[in-house]
Amino acid sequence: MLKRWILLLFLCCLTQAANAVLKIDITEGIEGATPIAIIPFKWSGAEKPVDADISAIVSSDLARSGKFSSVPERGLLAQPQRPEDIHFKTWRVAGVDHLVIGAVQKAANGMFKVEFRLFNVYRGEQVLGYSFNATRAMLRTTAHQISDLIFEQLTGLPGAFNTRIAYVTSAGKPAEYRLQVADTDGYNPQTLLTSSEPIMSPVWSPDGSKVAYVSFETGASAIYIHNIRTGEREKIAAFDGINSAPAWSPDGQSLAMTLSKDGNPDIYVLSLRSKALRRVTRHWSIDTEPAWLPDSRSLVFTSSRSGKPQLYQLALDSGSRPRRLTFEGNYNANASVSADGKVIAFVHGAGNSYKIALLNLDTRITQVLTDGPLDESPDFAPNGTMILYASQDRGRAVLAAVSADGRQKQRLALSDGEVREPSWAAKRN
Amino acid sequence: MKRLTLKGGMLIVTAAVLLNGCTQATKPGDEYLDSGADVSEATSGTRIGTIGEADALAGTALAGMKISYEKDAINDPENVLSIKTIYFAYDSSEISEEDVEVIKHHGKYMALHPDVSVRLEGHTDERGTREYNVALADRRAQSVKKLMLFQGPSATQATIISYGEEKPAALGHDEAAWKLNRRVELVYE
Repeated sequence: MLKRWILLLFLCCLTQAANAVLKIDITEGIEGATPIAIIPFKWSGAEKPVDADISAIVSSDLARSGKFSSVPERGLLAQPQRPEDIHFKTWRVAGVDHLVIGAVQKAANGMFKVEFRLFNVYRGEQVLGYSFNATRAMLRTTAHQISDLIFEQLTGLPGAFNTRIAYVTSAGKPAEYRLQVADTDGYNPQTLLTSSEPIMSPVWSPDGSKVAYVSFETGASAIYIHNIRTGEREKIAAFDGINSAPAWSPDGQSLAMTLSKDGNPDIYVLSLRSKALRRVTRHWSIDTEPAWLPDSRSLVFTSSRSGKPQLYQLALDSGSRPRRLTFEGNYNANASVSADGKVIAFVHGAGNSYKIALLNLDTRITQVLTDGPLDESPDFAPNGTMILYASQDRGRAVLAAVSADGRQKQRLALSDGEVREPSWAAKRN
Repeated sequence: MKRLTLKGGMLIVTAAVLLNGCTQATKPGDEYLDSGADVSEATSGTRIGTIGEADALAGTALAGMKISYEKDAINDPENVLSIKTIYFAYDSSEISEEDVEVIKHHGKYMALHPDVSVRLEGHTDERGTREYNVALADRRAQSVKKLMLFQGPSATQATIISYGEEKPAALGHDEAAWKLNRRVELVYE
């Protein structure tokens, strides 16, 4: 028994060591962002851990959102620890709109008490203040919670820092594929699956507890649903032909997918409760890449029915034909729908260049956000402020993010190997 | 060496069925050409070849290759059956005239060896979206399978797996690599 435990521990350590962390670089644009000063938190009862520097995590979260520019630590005019130490006039003159102070105290029972206060510099008053109790392991999560609270207070939009992302990596020759989940800043990567055959299309359940994906591990494609807490997984679709492109309905009840079991790639909807499978497109061309609208009753999908891939919208119970959405360019595919259903992010191809673009469903205006040449797999952040996507950097596959206004870009790269197909969870579970 | 040949009346039947097959594989809209680089690679329409006749391969890149269907012919580098990779134009599942000949020979071989099975592995280049590419590669493999089955093998002898862009044959981000990656591989088992 003891032996088994030691082996298990050893295996856990191995997994940790083999997990490369995504490194994030902000590559473009901070103009227009709101200046905010995050004063380094004061630590008492314990040394500040290098991997859980709460104020630094909050500072980098807010900067990554594209909506804030955090004053770098060396640029801070002063480092007040208590509210009464803040000299608002000095910060006003320096053009800083908001200021955060905080403290971390380790209690005798080993728990950490984390508190922070957010001040409006112009009004000279506190607008938010919270205190948390956290274990050592939960300190980074606590920092992301603080980022979410500050973000929501100042923008009116829910924060999306304290959730997770899923993605696929490949490295080595022959390639080893991994399905990983990590915090939104790339930390705490965990490997859900390792395979010598391709892994594709990870997508989160709306409650953030499960990931659906395609794996070729049996020598054929199949769709699985993987519970990230228990590690249990269920084979959901393994028909003849392709089993591809799973998409979770926002109400959590159904999984849309692409199957070619009836001879041609078409879209099907599987009820997760009854397991009833319903074919929803019927066309000799390619129909794939379903994405749900917020009502869980309509889909946007890619179809080559006009000759080239274009996006279409289909109301499932209407009996009417799919309505074409995109007309500019000869390659528009792989939609991601914003949580409010107003905007679609997709891959817009022209010549040999594939870029991420947005289509506003009300105005019908298309806006190209990225430069290509091989950008793909766009996925909206749960609050709609950013789009995570896959890109190439000097021939290597990396993840990238762009703010929905196109002003701010960042790159998330593995220290070695390739990373692709990001999916951003709406919730942490 | 014994050569198996098709004769007279049967040839006409085969040709008619093939014509049908090709119509199916290239419905309108499926065979459009991308502007620019790929135009020269694409073909439209399919001439029906004459299986087993001595001049069947004349004037093509296949000229001079052996045609025979012994069990181990697939391993003879001089036999037409040694060609086991079919290439495609960008965003197309249309099979070139020359490859129609190659696939016909494979279909005939399988019909003569019902115990042989083949896996048709569909692939695309890296351009475009990953899931669309899985569907596109599936259609490429389906086109090959349909053509093969007109020669009479059982449908259960050919299985399809579509990898999309996940397993490139050549690395690189240019047409030199892309043209090698848009393919269906015939893997005999």
